[in-house]
Amino acid sequence: MIEARGLTKRYGRTTAVNALTFNVQPGKVTGFLGPNGAGKSTTMRMILGLDHPSAGDVRIGGRRYADLKEPLREVGALLEAKWVHPNRSARSHLRWMAAANRIPAKRVDEVLEIVGLTGVAGRRAGGYSLGMAQRLGIAVALLGDPGVLLFDEPVNGLDPEGILWIRQFMHRLAHEGRTVFVSSHLLSEMALTAQELIVIGRGRLIAQTSTKSFIESASDSSVRVRGPELARLYGVLTGQGLAVQEAPATEDSPAALVVRGTSTEQVGELAGTVGLVLHELTESRGSLEQAFIQMTGGDVEYQAGGHTAAGAAPGGPGGPGGPGGPGGPSAAFPPPGTVPPPGSGTGPVLPGPVTPGVSGGPAGAPAPPAPQPGAEARRAGKP
Amino acid sequence: MTLLTVERIKLFSTRSPWWCMIIAVALTVGLTAIFSAATTSDDLDSLTPATTQFAYNFGLVVMMVMAALTVTTEYRFGTIRSTFLAVPGRTPALLAKTVVVAGLAGIVGEITAIGSWGLAKVIQPDAPLALDTSQEYRNVFGVGLIYLLAAVFAIGLALLIRHTAGAIVIMLVYLFLAESLLPVIPRIGDHIRDWLPFIVGNNFIVAGQPEASDGPPVIEGLPFGPWGSLVYFTVVCLVLLAAGLIAAKRRDA
Repeated sequence: MIEARGLTKRYGRTTAVNALTFNVQPGKVTGFLGPNGAGKSTTMRMILGLDHPSAGDVRIGGRRYADLKEPLREVGALLEAKWVHPNRSARSHLRWMAAANRIPAKRVDEVLEIVGLTGVAGRRAGGYSLGMAQRLGIAVALLGDPGVLLFDEPVNGLDPEGILWIRQFMHRLAHEGRTVFVSSHLLSEMALTAQELIVIGRGRLIAQTSTKSFIESASDSSVRVRGPELARLYGVLTGQGLAVQEAPATEDSPAALVVRGTSTEQVGELAGTVGLVLHELTESRGSLEQAFIQMTGGDVEYQAGGHTAAGAAPGGPGGPGGPGGPGGPSAAFPPPGTVPPPGSGTGPVLPGPVTPGVSGGPAGAPAPPAPQPGAEARRAGKP
Repeated sequence: MTLLTVERIKLFSTRSPWWCMIIAVALTVGLTAIFSAATTSDDLDSLTPATTQFAYNFGLVVMMVMAALTVTTEYRFGTIRSTFLAVPGRTPALLAKTVVVAGLAGIVGEITAIGSWGLAKVIQPDAPLALDTSQEYRNVFGVGLIYLLAAVFAIGLALLIRHTAGAIVIMLVYLFLAESLLPVIPRIGDHIRDWLPFIVGNNFIVAGQPEASDGPPVIEGLPFGPWGSLVYFTVVCLVLLAAGLIAAKRRDA
């Protein structure tokens, strides 16, 4: 359980973290989401007592980090994998950290086993690949078998296998009843990892909510409809006062109409009452990246321009999901030619799950959180 | 106690401390050995215990560099944050580091001093190298104490500066330029000199040493006797360490 109250950090005249108040509950993975430079790392460092807050405070299980007697037994943290002397072996690194909090030496071998570094534990850590360094960082975090775990951008720079491993690992830790707090600037990654989200932009809290409702409220849903008599369909829909856009035919998909602010039921019934034949009727959601940018709005530290290049992001080069992509059978991708929002393509993570809606499902709340089917598929697909 | 173990593991699990110790001993003892071997039988009288310590500053500087590195590399590689995560009070961890590193520097200082003196005795058995007076004992065994305190000085400085290059440059410039140039200033130079810590610290070793000796330079007219000089040097080193500890506690890691 982590509680931040009015947590603030100022550097001279800039305010990196501005009166953040949030709770992180045990038993789930809580994502800490924000664009680069939003103050995530600074917040994590304040939680861990490395940086002193300018105002407010943050407690772990009711106590400040500095007041913990043997903190590694209560809080494990991976802030940066490279916090290891390059000429020291992984085992030596873990040995001194264990000794500092009187953790038995045999625990060192246990955590090396857990993260799969036993074979290379005697090698100098400077020669480790990023993935190995990240595993070592996780071994450090697990050393004291703590009830609270913090990870700062744990999947950055990892290959798909590493990403999947960390994601499953965090789920397991949360399942064991621990408090897991993970920061990321990739909503698509958080959608697969976190059940709860704390979203910040420019140091301010934007939302604390479940991942599901964040995505639902943030992403723009629309209905794509197609039939042999598009012009008539257009007339019928606009006649009901609906906002209809034409999506011209492309190589990948025939011409269709995109209707906003409605549900598949409404469109289907309207078409039915005038006896129109439909070839397609799907609900589609904007990409998570787009939702994220919408939510964080002007709160991006460095704006790159062109954020409004709308439409949902295309699937992007296959991430861990592979070329199969996230997908229901009727994945309704928006017309190509739309540009992925800046930032969404960085990182190795994921095709932005342009989430195929559940055809015919009610547009609103009860629909399962869109990315979940994709997540399941991915988990199942990778042994 | 556990924190001392931690710092011991940290210190000896990388190679640079070993190299620093080997270089410190080899340089100092080696130079003395060459000096002893090159002494002709005519000059044998001048090969006193004080003379065998003429090179102690070499090893001293190397050990000060090692001591500064134990702090600055932790900042450089971020392990200081891991240290502070394990010991959020910070000061106990840094004090433990000071004890381990300065203790080691003291041991290395004694090894170089006794090694230099012993090797000179082996090379020139007829030289007047017996330790009789308290001055002669200080001359040889006092070196370790100066190494120990100088390491404390280096750690304090490194905690304030936090960057390897910066800390080492400041340290060397201070040792080799400031302490030898400031006393040259007319009128006030002598007064400044009386309070320069390494000149005063050196006085602990050399005070009362025969004038004609080739040993470390003797400066006459310092305000303190040998033990007073040691106390003054200790106070300066501890003040610098305290400043470093306060800075480390206050700053963001």
